[in-house]
Amino acid sequence: MEYEAIIGLEVHVQANTATKMFCACPNNFGSEPNTNVCPICLGYPGVLPTPNREAINKTVLAGLMLNCEIPEFSKFDRKAYWYPDMPKNYQITQYDLPFCIDGKVLVEGKALTGELEPKYIGITRIHLEEDVGKSTHAGTYTGVDYNRAGVPLMEIVSEPDMRTADEAWAYLTALRQTMQYAGVGNCDMEKGQMRCDVNISVRPVGQKEFNTKTEIKNLNSIKSVHASIDYEIERQIEMLENNEEFKQQTRGWNEASQETYVMREKEDAHDYRYFPEPDLMPVVLTADKVAEIKEKMPETPAAKRARFVEELGLPAYDAQVLCLEKATADWYETAVATGADPKKVSNWIMTELLRELSDAGLSINECPITPENLGELLGLIDKKVINGRIAKEVFAEMFKTGDAPGKIVKDKGLEQVTDTSAISEFVIQAIDNNEKAVGEYLAGKETALNFLVGQVMRFSRGKANPNLAQEALKEELAKRG
Amino acid sequence: MAKLSAKPVAGSIAGAAVQLATGDITAVALVEGIYSRYEEVDDEVKGYLQINKEKALVAAAESDARRAAGNTLSAYDGVPIAIKDNISVDGETCGCASKLLEGYTATYDATVVQKLKAQGFIPMGRTNMDEFAMGSSTENSAYQQTRNPANTDHVPGGSSGGSAAVVAAGEAIAALGSDTGGSIRQPAGFCGVVGLKPTYGRVSRFGLVAFASSLDQIGPVTHTVEDAAILLDMIAGKDQLDSTSIPDVECNLAASLKGADVKGMKVGLPKEFFEIDVLNDEVKAKVEAVRDQLEAAGAELVEVSLPNLEYAVSVYYVIATAEASSNLSRFDGIRYGARVEKTKDVKDIYYLTREAGFGDEVKRRIILGTYVLSSGYYDAYYLRAQKARTLIRQDFEAAFEQCDVILGPIAPAPAFKLGEISDPLQMYLSDIYTISVNLAGNCAISVPAGETESGLPVGVQFIGDSLQEEKILKAAQFVEQQQAQQGD
Amino acid sequence: MSESDIQVAHIAKLARLQLTPEEEAEFQTEIEAILSYVDKLQNLNVDGVEPTAHATQITNVIRDDVSGKTQDREKTLANAPDVADEVLLKVPAVLGGAH
Repeated sequence: MEYEAIIGLEVHVQANTATKMFCACPNNFGSEPNTNVCPICLGYPGVLPTPNREAINKTVLAGLMLNCEIPEFSKFDRKAYWYPDMPKNYQITQYDLPFCIDGKVLVEGKALTGELEPKYIGITRIHLEEDVGKSTHAGTYTGVDYNRAGVPLMEIVSEPDMRTADEAWAYLTALRQTMQYAGVGNCDMEKGQMRCDVNISVRPVGQKEFNTKTEIKNLNSIKSVHASIDYEIERQIEMLENNEEFKQQTRGWNEASQETYVMREKEDAHDYRYFPEPDLMPVVLTADKVAEIKEKMPETPAAKRARFVEELGLPAYDAQVLCLEKATADWYETAVATGADPKKVSNWIMTELLRELSDAGLSINECPITPENLGELLGLIDKKVINGRIAKEVFAEMFKTGDAPGKIVKDKGLEQVTDTSAISEFVIQAIDNNEKAVGEYLAGKETALNFLVGQVMRFSRGKANPNLAQEALKEELAKRG
Repeated sequence: MAKLSAKPVAGSIAGAAVQLATGDITAVALVEGIYSRYEEVDDEVKGYLQINKEKALVAAAESDARRAAGNTLSAYDGVPIAIKDNISVDGETCGCASKLLEGYTATYDATVVQKLKAQGFIPMGRTNMDEFAMGSSTENSAYQQTRNPANTDHVPGGSSGGSAAVVAAGEAIAALGSDTGGSIRQPAGFCGVVGLKPTYGRVSRFGLVAFASSLDQIGPVTHTVEDAAILLDMIAGKDQLDSTSIPDVECNLAASLKGADVKGMKVGLPKEFFEIDVLNDEVKAKVEAVRDQLEAAGAELVEVSLPNLEYAVSVYYVIATAEASSNLSRFDGIRYGARVEKTKDVKDIYYLTREAGFGDEVKRRIILGTYVLSSGYYDAYYLRAQKARTLIRQDFEAAFEQCDVILGPIAPAPAFKLGEISDPLQMYLSDIYTISVNLAGNCAISVPAGETESGLPVGVQFIGDSLQEEKILKAAQFVEQQQAQQGD
Repeated sequence: MSESDIQVAHIAKLARLQLTPEEEAEFQTEIEAILSYVDKLQNLNVDGVEPTAHATQITNVIRDDVSGKTQDREKTLANAPDVADEVLLKVPAVLGGAH
């Protein structure tokens, strides 16, 4: 029998505001425990919340980027939930009137294990809520740090539109990309800035109704989301084949064994007792206000990819790689703006720059080379000041020192030698030192010439213009023949 | 029984301001005076949970020094004021008369306290209350039973019973209380002092430990109507820290009272107020006497109707308990307050701490509130109550199209005896005259209107439309003047 | 029509209250009485009536994203009933791990 998986994701993204959602404490990762707290985010007696404008604007911007509708009327609600890292034992969230509804996001191109046909994944809603503190479990006790409590958290709920691990991977990648493009969240999953829960069930192809779903939690990377889905699909198919009974489960992901495991068999009957937050007034987002936010909306990753293909003539794969991170795409566009050939810039970034960055463990924002300098380097090649081989050497030096290519070429005397008298000196050296090759060439073996050109380059330490070198060689050999 | 009602040192806030200005008294002497009255009567009244004389004396000495240097913060610089135990004062306990908050020290000033301190007022003493403001007699305090200074066999009312009692006994010049369903007005009426519940949103709730967020307001408990106006002027105003506070409203009420009268004022009398079968004859007679005095002074009487009044108690006890069940969930013994020892896992912390820390009335209301919000009951109770609340609000809107203020009783009867009412429902029903005002968000004032034959104070209530405190203060001032004349 | 079929034991659990059997019985009786009074609400016609969640009709009360004062850790720890590692608030082990 053939099966298909039904996958929906609930993704939490911390908004990268300066302060927390409902108080003026800094929204900082990595501070000393319990230092970014105040009576409000600790839930002290008598305190009241006040919502952060920037968090709301960022949520709306995220929604616009994901093609959501922004309802005019939104409000906050309380959700009852007992947990030591939840200071008030209720969370301020949005129940029935979230800031964003009915969005969609395009997934396409190369995914982790295969190529995807373009497809839209529906977004049910994005609501804004407050994050909880962080519990550290130490055997007999649990220690709580409330620095994270109250950090603005967007929850993005997808439709159950995904069918494969690759689609979920692509959806998450697209979401992260979009958040970063919009500048609303840093989405570092290791820092917990982006967290993902997977809802998944499997059914025989052709069956209309959904089977009982499983929720997977504790996923620390997009890769583990992918792996856990693949694992879970297989596990559930096996259960179906064996006619095993399904119970609604919450499962965790064991990164070491690459397996899911049962966290909770049957959910404790949750009764969240939502009701409108009496301490907060409703939010009205007029069309004008939304338009104002829309004006600041950057190009979406999908639009940027399309433009790179259509206007700059890049292959789709290049566009996908360059647009993965907005910073990379921006870097690329700045380099192209210097007048360099778009495809050549793309090649340099994809083959040289990204590799160097990855080896050095740096992000594009920390790149020692400026895009203007890469443009300049390509210009030097075009103007034949240096050749391609020297350019790679210069590039490595640029990466090491951050110096401009012109300066490096000048300081190191790497200008291409175009002076024919200088070149003929290297030609004579090459001929004198390679009698065998010369003999072969003169005997009619054309390929021996390439070897001799290489020798000229070697004696010139790469600086000779290869075309001029070849001509001069032919000339000189003709004399000898 | 004992009768311990008395004027405090300097008589009132306004009186203290005059004496401080003329040099007839110092801030230190005010604090000393209050403290000596406290020592004299509080063993019996038990209105204060705590009073910190030394700290108040330091603040008073600073105030006197400012005055000597000509740098007073306001005319009221140096006046001590008592604070209900659910309003946060930095460095002091804020226990809401609950065992659960034992050991908690507030780390910030409520906005009202900050404002009062900025004017030179000296917070002095925490007044007793029903635990978490849940009650109408202050019998639900986890610590002590406050007695009515007019007759110590009787309750002072509640939940701000401590605030009303210390003012009435002359051991405070004035106090702050909080009113969720009558908790300022009813004890003020029972004890024979003035109590004002401002329009919802007029005074910041930041720093007031929430009972029912959409109903709570902080307000003054004072000896005179003028003092109530003075204090409201000091504490009112938009607060960035309270999203529900009303923006852009001037507050110059004390000045507006000078020379005011009630001529031409339209006084509404809701017929439903007088159809309540438990309304005590003596209380009714006091309201009618006030009505007649108003008419004689040129006010116009208008019959109005509040047709949904009969639903007010139901609506109130659904909404207030629902919000309370949520507001009180933060009290779990993890971040502050008392934790039960020897809890083996985190669930124990919640269950055992809350079981040991909360009193019966609080538990009862938490259970009721949890129930009306729980899955399957939300629509039938909570949502329905919110809709009924709209109807009650609309009743008042319609009434205020016909009148400036509404006159009525505060409670169906004067202060009852300690332990007299043990049935919770019967206690709730006694809130009928006060709670609809909180549901509508209007303002109201309780002002003394004489005594019963047995010597218990009786207050009457004036209710005003949203932000119409000036009108109810004028009406109350008229009653105060009439009482003074009768007393002469 | 009576809507009230309250199970005090279940509701107390939701509210994290460990009631004694005596309390449970007492509250069951009292709260049933209160609810039978409150049930008069079921007679009120509220068709088409908008619910009131707030006593004032203000919207968009929003603060700017500007950081303010934090609380000294000493004060936070001083108020805490129990402390771990000198910087964390301590509770007994949370069973079942994360949320």
